[in-house]
Amino acid sequence: MRKISFILNGEKRSVYVEPNDLLLDVLRDKLGDKTPKYGCGRGDCGTCTVLLNGKSVRSCLILAVEVDGQEITTLEGISKGGLTELQKYFLKHNSFQCGFCAPGMIVTLEEFLKKNPKPDEEEVKEAISGNLCRCTGYVPIIRAVMDYVKNK
Amino acid sequence: MSGVISHEFEYLKPKNLDELVDFLTQYKTKAKILSGGTDLIVRIKDGFESPEVLIDIKGIGELKELKFNGNSLFIGASVTFNELIDSEVVRERYPLLWEASKSVASTAIRNRATLVGNICSAVPSLDSGPALLDYEAEVILKSRNGERKVNINEFFLGPRKTVLKEDEFVYGVLIPFINRKNGSAYVKLGRYNGEDLAQVGIGILVVEGKEYRVAHCAVGPVAARARKVEQLLNGKDLNDSLIEEAKKLIVEEISPITDIRATKEYRIHMAKIMLERGLKAAVDRLNGKGPKYGERLI
Repeated sequence: MRKISFILNGEKRSVYVEPNDLLLDVLRDKLGDKTPKYGCGRGDCGTCTVLLNGKSVRSCLILAVEVDGQEITTLEGISKGGLTELQKYFLKHNSFQCGFCAPGMIVTLEEFLKKNPKPDEEEVKEAISGNLCRCTGYVPIIRAVMDYVKNK
Repeated sequence: MSGVISHEFEYLKPKNLDELVDFLTQYKTKAKILSGGTDLIVRIKDGFESPEVLIDIKGIGELKELKFNGNSLFIGASVTFNELIDSEVVRERYPLLWEASKSVASTAIRNRATLVGNICSAVPSLDSGPALLDYEAEVILKSRNGERKVNINEFFLGPRKTVLKEDEFVYGVLIPFINRKNGSAYVKLGRYNGEDLAQVGIGILVVEGKEYRVAHCAVGPVAARARKVEQLLNGKDLNDSLIEEAKKLIVEEISPITDIRATKEYRIHMAKIMLERGLKAAVDRLNGKGPKYGERLI
């Protein structure tokens, strides 16, 4: 066991972890942030995506000890002040069925839209190509993002 | 629980190269170097690797360097694929590497995955392979006994096997700059965008003066240059009959297998098509025409 400290959604948190504890488990089971989901566990599906120092990463492939002293933002942090504009567009367009992939999608788009605020549809598709939705919900998701971009 | 890691190990984070060398000398094969972890963590979860110690190199400043000195580009061991993609030098002067880097998995993976990790994993399908082979990159290896440089063409010994010795680590990769006009293309066939490994990868570099460099991945035990195809093409202008001859020759140079992602026959068929498209795109790009870099050719 070792103690690590990091900034989670703007607040300093300290927690005891084993070297083989994954960031995803520590966030969900030790720190009670259930927004990153466990999907494939191998970095393929994107449901566990969080921001590490502002960059999207797979929390199922990162050891908790690696983020000691770093900054982590989850969906909970992104929508801290209530639903974001993008989330409202997700609601407007029913951009989810089971909702399981939605947190990873929003986190991924958070980084992407900061870098590229006026993307075209192809760029949006490329950006979320690492986030799998098994309800075949891509069309409403892309529609929501394009509507959001257009009205921003 | 998220596919927890049941295997236990110690985690070490050296602050400088001396500490890293000390740890490697001490633990040798019991240790694994952790950088992005996008491959290693999955391997540990699956039980294919069970190191006693993980050495996280992300605290070592020198290994984060990405430097161009006019003659060559140095890519430190913990430089990520997205750092390569975001680099103007890579985009302008090493477009084949840029295009190959863009094809690696997804943004979130590329934010962690490193080029050096990619070559150390030495999987047959490594996307960085063809570009590094075509550019004649050198791999800088370090250990307590000093430093040695190995041409990337001699670096891979087999699937997941490299010339790396037990107390050595890869410090970085050095890619010479080609100071002549050139055009290139990395053609990657995957089952879907976003995450999949290459079923076939072909990297072409055409340098002014009719010099052709052709490399492939995922169609043999290691990524390698297609020397016979290069010999055929060198000194000649590209035309349809030459392309047909090259397509016949590439079949002699590759030895694909059937696995979960594609059959041997499909890979052979596609390698020919991809060679054709890659050659045409690279020559067009050399002449200032053709598809933009990053545009999918297949």
